[in-house]
Amino acid sequence: MEFYEGACELKLLQTLEGHTDRVWSLAWNPATGTADTPLVFASCSGDKTVRIWEQNPSPSSSSSSSSSSYSSWNCKAVLEDTHTRTVRSCSWSPSGKSLAVASFDATTSIWENVGGDFECVSTLEGHENEVKSVSWNASGSLLATCGRDKSVWIWEVQPGNEYECVSVLQGHTQDVKMVMWHPTLDVLFSCSYDNTVKVWADDDDDWQCVQTLGEPNNGHSSTVWALSFNKTGDKMVTCSDDLTLKIWEMDGTSMQSADGYASWRHLCTITGYHDRTIFSVHWSSEGIIASGAADDAIRFFVEDKDVLVDGPSYKLLLKEEKAHGMDINSVQWSPGEKRLLASASDDGTVKIWELASLCTGNGY
Amino acid sequence: MLSNPLTNKKFLISFLFNYFDPEHPYSLEELKVITEDAIEVDDQQSYVRITFTPTVEHCSMATIIGLCLRVKLLRSLPSRYKVDIRVAPGSHASESAVNKQLNDKERVAAALENPNLVDMVDECLAPSYN
Repeated sequence: MEFYEGACELKLLQTLEGHTDRVWSLAWNPATGTADTPLVFASCSGDKTVRIWEQNPSPSSSSSSSSSSYSSWNCKAVLEDTHTRTVRSCSWSPSGKSLAVASFDATTSIWENVGGDFECVSTLEGHENEVKSVSWNASGSLLATCGRDKSVWIWEVQPGNEYECVSVLQGHTQDVKMVMWHPTLDVLFSCSYDNTVKVWADDDDDWQCVQTLGEPNNGHSSTVWALSFNKTGDKMVTCSDDLTLKIWEMDGTSMQSADGYASWRHLCTITGYHDRTIFSVHWSSEGIIASGAADDAIRFFVEDKDVLVDGPSYKLLLKEEKAHGMDINSVQWSPGEKRLLASASDDGTVKIWELASLCTGNGY
Repeated sequence: MLSNPLTNKKFLISFLFNYFDPEHPYSLEELKVITEDAIEVDDQQSYVRITFTPTVEHCSMATIIGLCLRVKLLRSLPSRYKVDIRVAPGSHASESAVNKQLNDKERVAAALENPNLVDMVDECLAPSYN
């Protein structure tokens, strides 16, 4: 698939209101967006709540022109009265059955849809203060959390909604902004206010840091806010307060080594496009990198296959200025066929966008 | 279109000058923590930058003063404004660490959910609302 600058447009489908404070983060339910399951995502906010949003089924196509752009989202549930401070991040289990919610109140709650109502089925306590991020591994058997106490915790999912902490990982020297499991391997990535990304792997039941991607390895020079993997998991993109995105590649030889974890190296830096902190980055299954930043803009990047002289490079596909009225904290591509992107902002709204090709047909 | 008085630099200066340094019974202006040159306003670009000068190089209150300034602007300026707050170059022993903390909005948000810190900020800001 090839993408050309100017060949795409970003269409705003809907602006979702309801949160009464900044929206920090979004998570699409990975088990939705199929023929018989409408898309669902969760948003979480400084208003201490999580909102669950569901796409209405498309209307029967009496008018095909309007049905193609039809999209309407409703808030199906508000998860409230559980957290006493900001809800910073949320994450669906791979099956889409459980939602993990991380809060500045030092706890992580686990929610399940029981007979149509979301219920808090478990609360994970242990962090000293703000929990900032939560992530499930590929099989849904492990959960990771991180926070201002500089630690990363790994929890094992037990029967009966029990979660046992199997490891508390120290290594970062400042608060940890985000944790994210590799899409296929049980290897955990964390990024931090200490400007580094750390890679954690299980070595004989003992989790440890196997690699630190910092400034000496062409890493970031300020806070690393987020990271995202490409579809196959052999590349990763990170975003930072240093106004750059960095692409990292997994070393193919060590991937097959007995260690079960891989060594990552810096591939290229996307620089000169952002004016303020980049808070969020997400790599689509088609290879489009979306970024959301404190300059209120959403940008899209794709690999530039025409320029291979100095190694791989990425080009700006599209920039949506003033996508929101304030900072953009999260951008997330939807699962499923359609090229939908959700964005969350300090302005309290979530917006649903479609990245559409300008030319009709399947030329791309 | 009527311009917001807060985006007028003169007004903003008089507004910010009415602070009290928690450690000293003087206003930040009297202590020269903030001078007129320290405030840059670009209404066109919706941008404000405050460069303040802590009273001493090891001023432990620098992050509190910065937090107070940020809260004051947060509560006063239209939401379209981007605000950067920093200590003057060479004015603080931990200059880069202080600047980084003051401009990390996640840490600012967390601080503003801490009742003790909020009380302190409100106390510092109280004179500015008179």
